[in-house]
Amino acid sequence: MATLNSNIPPGELADKWSTYKANMKLVNPANKRKYKVIVVGAGLAGGSAAATMAELGYKVDCFVFHDSPRRAHSIAAQGGINAAKNYQNDGDSVYRLFYDTVKGGDYRSREANVHRLAEVSTNIIDQCVAQGVPFAREYGGLLDNRSFGGAQVSRTFYARGQTGQQLLLGAYSALSKMIGAGAVTMHNNSEMLDLVLVDGQAKGIVVRNLNSGAVTCHAADCVVLATGGYGNVFNLSTYARNSNATAAWRAYKQGACFANPCFTQIHPTCIPVSGDYQSKLTLMSESLRNDGRIWVPKKAEDCDKNPNDIPEADRDYFLERIYPSFGNLAPRDVSSRAAKRMCDEDRGVGPTKLGVYLDFSDAIQRLGADTVRARYGNLFDIYKEITDESAYETPMRIFPAVHYTMGGLWVDYNLMSNIPGLFVLGEANFSDHGANRLGASALMQGLADGYFVAPYTVGNYLATQKPGSAPSIDEPAFKAAVANVQELTQRLLKTKGKETVAHFHKRLGKIMWDHCGMARTKEGLEEALKLIPALREEFWANVNVPGSDDHLNQALEKAGRLADFLELGELMCRDALTREESCGGHFREEYQHADGECLRDDENFAHVAAWEYQGEGNLPHRLTEDLNYQTVKMSTRSYK
Amino acid sequence: MVADTSSTQNISLKLRVWRQAGPDQEGRFVDYQAENLNSNMSFLELLDVVNDDLERRGEDPIAFAHDCREGICGTCSLVIDGKPHGPHHGIASCQTYVRSFKDGDTVVVEPYRAKPFPVQRDLITDRAAFDEIQQAGGFISVRTGSACDANAVPIPKEDADLAMDAAACIGCGACVAACKNASAMLFVGAKVSQFALLPQGQPERDQRVLNMVAKMDELGFGNCTNQYECSAACPKLISHDFIAKLNKEYLQASVRSAFKARSSV
Repeated sequence: MATLNSNIPPGELADKWSTYKANMKLVNPANKRKYKVIVVGAGLAGGSAAATMAELGYKVDCFVFHDSPRRAHSIAAQGGINAAKNYQNDGDSVYRLFYDTVKGGDYRSREANVHRLAEVSTNIIDQCVAQGVPFAREYGGLLDNRSFGGAQVSRTFYARGQTGQQLLLGAYSALSKMIGAGAVTMHNNSEMLDLVLVDGQAKGIVVRNLNSGAVTCHAADCVVLATGGYGNVFNLSTYARNSNATAAWRAYKQGACFANPCFTQIHPTCIPVSGDYQSKLTLMSESLRNDGRIWVPKKAEDCDKNPNDIPEADRDYFLERIYPSFGNLAPRDVSSRAAKRMCDEDRGVGPTKLGVYLDFSDAIQRLGADTVRARYGNLFDIYKEITDESAYETPMRIFPAVHYTMGGLWVDYNLMSNIPGLFVLGEANFSDHGANRLGASALMQGLADGYFVAPYTVGNYLATQKPGSAPSIDEPAFKAAVANVQELTQRLLKTKGKETVAHFHKRLGKIMWDHCGMARTKEGLEEALKLIPALREEFWANVNVPGSDDHLNQALEKAGRLADFLELGELMCRDALTREESCGGHFREEYQHADGECLRDDENFAHVAAWEYQGEGNLPHRLTEDLNYQTVKMSTRSYK
Repeated sequence: MVADTSSTQNISLKLRVWRQAGPDQEGRFVDYQAENLNSNMSFLELLDVVNDDLERRGEDPIAFAHDCREGICGTCSLVIDGKPHGPHHGIASCQTYVRSFKDGDTVVVEPYRAKPFPVQRDLITDRAAFDEIQQAGGFISVRTGSACDANAVPIPKEDADLAMDAAACIGCGACVAACKNASAMLFVGAKVSQFALLPQGQPERDQRVLNMVAKMDELGFGNCTNQYECSAACPKLISHDFIAKLNKEYLQASVRSAFKARSSV
């Protein structure tokens, strides 16, 4: 059985990281080029890690399934990135960002990791500005900030509604420089299909070239996964259509523990579903909640009326009513559930009745349409394109949608999984957000991991490995992994059933959304644990994947990813069933306060649940890592 | 009444789609009839529906590049009725909706046609050339950890905003596809301008533009003849003013480097 040692360094919380760094083992400059590091993924975490480790002198091989590292889905993050700069002089500090993040995560994250994240947040902004990231500025030339959910200070840096794009292009430019210099070998269109262990350590990967279909092996001294989250298990989400869990899932099947898989984030402000053909949900940035007011009609019979005809007295600004001190900026999990409760009370709006209004008429009156346009114009344009409605004239309709996964591969303080030599960064790991992530913290974590944490901790690990000792790809472990990958591919191609991959993905998504979505129950999860294995069986008996494996075959790509989602979905439900409490994004209806808020059980569940694979057909083991809060007092999380 | 129930219509379209099995194979147009389409469906969802039907019959689906489906990743790259990203200005293929077409229309769907972007399969082209241009100089060299405080150098808001206008480029390549010369000057101009406008970009300013333009030429992109089809097709409406800026930057850098070369002898 795996052992979970968090390896949190001793000492005062605020000194842990600096003391630890000062005592790390180093690799001398002449030896660095004798080590090869594989980085899978080139979003904010992978791109920044690959570039930084190449700068340090390691040989880096970077793999992405996209046609270019600039396409990673970090690019779609809209609103901003948090940092404890206190440029607004509003009382922000490293401690306050740390505290907000721990509280925002409903006391299910590691104090030491979160504190380090808050510490390095300020370096990230410096780094990105130096790279030429054009953050929003004030007329005096200094950086501008805005507010995001779960915080009472303005610490969010932004570049219009395209912050993720600009930060990713910053990392991509750093990576491009190192590729141009020959320090990074870039492998585009390359999907990781297995992790290779040699003597129990992560020493390589197997990838399939998505253009040619060629399957190849790559060996290194360690492997860094930065492959993002698994929200597409729900089929409909704000993720990019090709975002997938395959790299992380195959690592899980090689023994890496998967932590808190049931912790998924449902974002409150997305454009509602409009039809069965839908492939994707579009987010409307949380920043809109700075000026937009969320409401539903007080009376169910008003729900079909034109919202502009509903008088003020008949509107229920429910976030402002329930959470007066945070109002429309209540955190995501809290806001999403409140919207769901309104719809459950038959007060939802729009054709499906699964929607609430996000109204800018007050802001337009107060600030003028031009100011609102300057702040949110591009978001209003997106809304108009999709819905054919103008948010300047009629309130937006929004509804929660799957947006992020806090769970992920288990990592210790070094961001290393329980498999030595396997590091996991960004959304792919579980480490910093607990049971709920605050807005503008994903970009912060991705870049913190990639620029400022992993380059140190990976070096600390490599110093324990003999230079030049990476295995040859002729080792039997590589051969076995290739055989495994090819067998899976052939199984998919040879089934020749009657249904498409998309058909099964939609059905899985519906099971997950109904039973493991915004609200979960014991009965529902038990039902899902019957439905998913049955669906998986049907998939393997009746899926139709046309074509062969020796050419660009998008149906085959989708099929392989869905095969993994069909297993991961089950683990998510099992985790949700076992966690008999409500916390953050994990809401079990049986465990709630009288007012409908989460009822945590700190006595029994103040721990990380990490699942260890036990082979096909066997139940995974549930391991736990206790969370010890030494600085922050665990309390009922209130935004009232 | 809520708008989108009343505005939803079902229409039928005939799609004439470019099919090409591989980079070295002959391609051809194939017609597909798509019935009963919800007008609120996106154009890529329309292709999903057609593909679903093909897959169910065991036929090869139409390969097309897509990912974020919200107009920011730059992956989608369709030429719809002869226009990169379709009939509307300022959006990507994935933000084109079926409501843009009339019931019974024939819609022609092709890949980008530009020599530096060879067709991989069906509607997918290889745009690695853009990455190569970026690698030649599209960066500010700053080693991680060596940056000064972010507010140490104030930047006038106008400059930062203009740099952001340039930085909004999503690298989709529509500018190249729209240009009769397959010029990449809007793409290169945007990147060069972003960094030239910022104080952080000054030390490498000349070398950057010289290297990026040299790489652009080497990869077979053509020159700009000032017809601005590129900015008309650009999903982010990047202004062709940045091409003028690129020319200016290139000229200045060429002159300065010529003098520098002489003075260093």
